[in-house]
Parts: sequence; C-alpha cells; structure tokens
Amino acid sequence: MEAKLRTVLPDHDLIKLYEQMVQSREFEESCAEQYTKGHITGFLHLYSGQEAVAVGATAGLHRDDYILSAYREHAQAIVRGAEPRRVMAELFGKSSGICKGKGGSMHLFDPSLNFMGGYAIVGGQFPIAVGLAFSAKFRREERIAACFFGDGAVNQGTFHESLNWARLWELPVLFICENNFYGIGTEVHRSSALSSIHKRTCGYDIPSEKVDGMDVIAVYKAVKYAAEKVRETSHPYFIEAVTYRFRGHSMADPAKYRSAAEHEVWKARDPIPNFAKRLIAEGIATAEQLEQVLTRAREVVQEAVQFAEASPWPEDREVFDDIYV
Amino acid sequence: MPEMTYRDALNLALKEEMRRDESIVLWGEDVALYEGSFKVTRGLLAEFGEERVKDTPISENTIVGVAVGAAMGGLRPVAELMTVNFALLAMDQIINHMAKIRFMFGGQTFLPMVIRMPGGGGSQLAAQHSQSLESYFMHCPGLYVAYPATAADAKGLLKSAIRDNNPVIFLEHELLYNSTGDVPLDPEFLVPFGKANIMRSGKDVTIVAYARMSVLALQAAEELEKDGIQCEVIDLRTLSPLDMDTVISSAQKCGRAVVVEECWRTAGLGGDIAHRIHLACFESLLAPVQRVSGLDVPMPYSRKIERICIPQVASIVAAVREVMQ
Repeated sequence: MEAKLRTVLPDHDLIKLYEQMVQSREFEESCAEQYTKGHITGFLHLYSGQEAVAVGATAGLHRDDYILSAYREHAQAIVRGAEPRRVMAELFGKSSGICKGKGGSMHLFDPSLNFMGGYAIVGGQFPIAVGLAFSAKFRREERIAACFFGDGAVNQGTFHESLNWARLWELPVLFICENNFYGIGTEVHRSSALSSIHKRTCGYDIPSEKVDGMDVIAVYKAVKYAAEKVRETSHPYFIEAVTYRFRGHSMADPAKYRSAAEHEVWKARDPIPNFAKRLIAEGIATAEQLEQVLTRAREVVQEAVQFAEASPWPEDREVFDDIYV
Repeated sequence: MPEMTYRDALNLALKEEMRRDESIVLWGEDVALYEGSFKVTRGLLAEFGEERVKDTPISENTIVGVAVGAAMGGLRPVAELMTVNFALLAMDQIINHMAKIRFMFGGQTFLPMVIRMPGGGGSQLAAQHSQSLESYFMHCPGLYVAYPATAADAKGLLKSAIRDNNPVIFLEHELLYNSTGDVPLDPEFLVPFGKANIMRSGKDVTIVAYARMSVLALQAAEELEKDGIQCEVIDLRTLSPLDMDTVISSAQKCGRAVVVEECWRTAGLGGDIAHRIHLACFESLLAPVQRVSGLDVPMPYSRKIERICIPQVASIVAAVREVMQ
C-alpha cells in the first residue's frame, strides 16, 4: 500500500513536482515541433516519458549539489532552474542562449544553478562528476555530485574507472542511471552481460538500489535518502531508475526496434497522468487546477519559442571567443 | 644562480607553486609514495601530505577527467600521465572535454589544469613507449602545449602553466631529465607562454626546434660554426600558443630555415611551421625550408636501428648544408 502523498511532502511541493513534469513534457514536445520546422537542427534527444526521474531526483537534492548529465538533459536543466526561453534560444543557436549558441542541445550548462553539463560523449561525464565531488570534499563543502547517465553508458571504460575511483577516494558521488532499456536501438540485454544494472556496483563496493523511474515520489524518496547518505558518509551510492522514453533516441530515430505493444504498456505508466490521478484522488489538487498547470506550461513554452525566434544569431567573430581565458 | 637538473627544476617549480597556492592538487600513477617513475615528484607527498598529493589507479582517461572536474570545481589540479604514450588512453577527456568545455559552454567556466607527461624516444623502450605525440595536442584548439628544452625553461614554463587559467599539456622530454643548466631560484621567475627563445644568434640560417631537438640544434650550430655557417637557433618553448613572429623575423633575416621535430614527418607539426615560413618569407627565402623529422616508422627496439629513427646532430647538420647550397 503506497504511503499517502501528504506524508511525503507538503501540498504545494507536490503540485510543484507536477508542474515541473508538465513543463518538461511541454518543452520537449515543442522542441520536436521546432525541429521539424527546421528551427532546431543537428541532434535532438527528447526526454518525454522520463520526467519523473529528473523532477523527483532534483527535488531530493540540495540546491548546491552539482548535477551532470549526458545529452538528453533539457529537463534536468529546466527543472534545476534554467529558463525555458534561454534553453530554447540555445537550441535555436541564438546568442541569447544559455551557452551563447556555442553548445546547443547536448551542451547545456549553468554554473549558477550548479548544472554542470550537458555532454555528448557517452560516459564522458563520469570522471568530471568524480572531480567535482573531489573539489567539494577538498574544500570541505557539504555538496555532492549527482551524475545522470543512461543504460548504454555503463559499459564505457569511464564507468568502471569512475565508480572504482569514487569509492577508493571516498568521494560524494550519487550515480543515477536512467535505464530506459535502449542505447539507440540496442536493448540492455544485448549490450550488458548483467542487465540488472544496479547489481554490478558490488564490484566496486558501492551500495545500490533500483527504483521505479515512472513514479516521481519513488524517485524523490530514493534520491533524498541516497543523497543524505552520500553527504554523511562521503561514499558514493548508485540508483538505477527504470524508465522509458516515449520517443526515439533522437529526432532521426523512428524507433522501429520497439514494438507498439511495448510502447503501449509504458504509455499507460506515463508519470504525468498517473501522478495527476493521485493528486486528485488524495484531494491535493482539482482537475481544474491541474488543467491550469498545463495551460500555463504551454504559455511558457510558447513565449520561449517567440523569444528564441526573435533573438539574434551570434556574430561571426564570436567563433573565436571563449576558447582561452 | 645554481646549476640543477631539468628534473630538479620541475620538482622545485611544483614545490614553489604548491607552497604558494593551496588550491593546487597533484595526482598520477605512483607519483606520491613512489615519488614518480621519473622522480619528478620526489618529496611532494612528504611536504604537502595525502590530501594534496595522491596516487591514482591505472585509469588514464579518468586521471584527466577527474582533473577536469576538479578544475571546474575551483581547484588547480596538476595531474601526471606516466608517459605521453598513455595519453592516448585519455584522448577523449583531453580532446573532447578539457579542450572544449570552456567554448561549448559559452565561456561560463574555465579549467586551470595542467597535465604533465614525459615524452620522446631514444632509450630502446620500443614502439609503444617512445612516441612524440605533440602534434596531436598542438592540432587541437583549446589546449596550450609547453615542451621545455632547458632546466630553466622547465621551471619557468611549469610555473607559468600552473598559474595559467587555461588547460595545459605540459610535455617533458625523458632524455632531458638529467640535463643540467643554470636555473633562477627566484620563486617569481616565470617563462611566458607564446614567446620563443633565441638560444643562439646567427645570420645564415634559422633552425627552429623544440624540446630535445633544440639541444641537438645547438650542438649542430657549434659544429657548423667551424665551417663558417652562423646558425640562429630558435627554441619554440610552447607549441601553443605558437610564436611565429620570432621565427618569421629570423627567417626573413637569414633567408634560409630548417625546422626540426622529433615526431613523425607525415602530417607532423613541422610541416605547418615550414609552410607558415614559406608564406610569410617567400620573397626573402633563398631556398625551400628543410625539415628534419622522426622517420615515418614505429620505433624499433634494437639500438642500432632506433638511432636512425630520431633526428641526430648529423641529420640537422646535413639539412643546414642542404639549405645553404
């Protein structure tokens, strides 16, 4: 029997979780539209379906904890506090973007939010998370480094090197694997000898758990607990959040490797309507209130698109800026 | 000023900087307890302790990546890769992360980090331990590359590298560790980046070189003087930033130039330098620029044939005679 939502968080925080999931979803779906219109180009990897992980996890972390992710990171950035208009402008390649148009979809970054990237090399973020944790510990700061990655990253060399290193040097890293079962078109069991990902961490003496990544409250509780443990002990911890992406790997991927039946099973577990049902059932919000959340989210995204469209392109000479100090 | 070895000059630079700035941390394989495979880090663990001087697992890519993260988090890491050959394991973190993070994140962060690596060949260490890979780093925008030829430059350049807020690849030539020279004891003695050193003045031919090749070039100049040929020997000191102004002034004055590199000839950095001299000095040149390079072969073990794979004093002398005709 699930605990009542009110025993977990106050009403306004619960509604905020819903708002953040809806905002992420609306943002991602708008990106898909803008991509087909040619305003966003290159690679676009959308998060739709996985919102409970970014939202629940961020709620379980402190504001000064570092967050790192891979290239499917729009939601993590926005939930952390990045303005949707500045993320959209970045995706449009405009100089008003969060990285001045220099990075694009895969390289969002905002140190004022402790959102430390946005990386396109699978597994590239692991050692950097370990290094940030090292600097936090060295400077006697109470912060931890939360490192998001997918099921495909767990076979990269840096995964093994970084887990070993974090445990050996006793560094406060929280590894959060978003297992959506696919690395592009390769299912977990076709790339991992041990496809139950959290079980492999015993090889590094790191405790782990598996959580339902479609349940924002389950993710929140798991990350909150894990983050405190990491903070107290300065030892790494590993969470495998089982989730699903409703869209292909990227806009270029029609995801033919997944069956419609499988997709239906997971669509029924969509974190957003399922959380809405609970909020309504437990009297925390009305259907009308939640409808207003959706309307507001759409307005924010519409404004973001307008801002991005109206923003200037970078000057040619900016190609030489920000390489060296 | 006292005479000391290139190795001791590096050691002194590390000590002086670590005394001056508590945010400098140092790690690598066997650098702490064992005091370094080339003993460059002798005495550092004893003086600065385990928090700042650390042994790492054999995980080159993560050695660099943790330094990237630590630098991003506000420290000034000086990490060692045991030789440049092993840097190939770390090329993802060096080229894809260290060199690009500042730019792709729109200048919102900077990485004040140094990766030290011994390089070069001539000790019969065979193909995998004798490489000169400086061209790969010089080729990559976003990195600074230093490669001292003398003990004084070793100290001054390493101190500059550590104080620089840009990511620096700091190469050290293995056969120069025991070379000696006068080294200033002033803890504020710094050698600037982007300023080549005219080691010897001459009017007949410009010899451009770096690292051990500069030492050989000086020896070649001594020999050529007996035949009345006055060589101007220019040691590049830093490959990035590259000081072409000094080289071009000299080549215009002499009308003849030889570029010496230890790395493989094909697509080696000497080709770029020679071409730049051609473009800038075409009117003044009396002959095409000659190149002396490493042979385009993997390094053999046997000392008789290893010798012909690396430029010798005789090969530099021959190239000068060629350009004088």
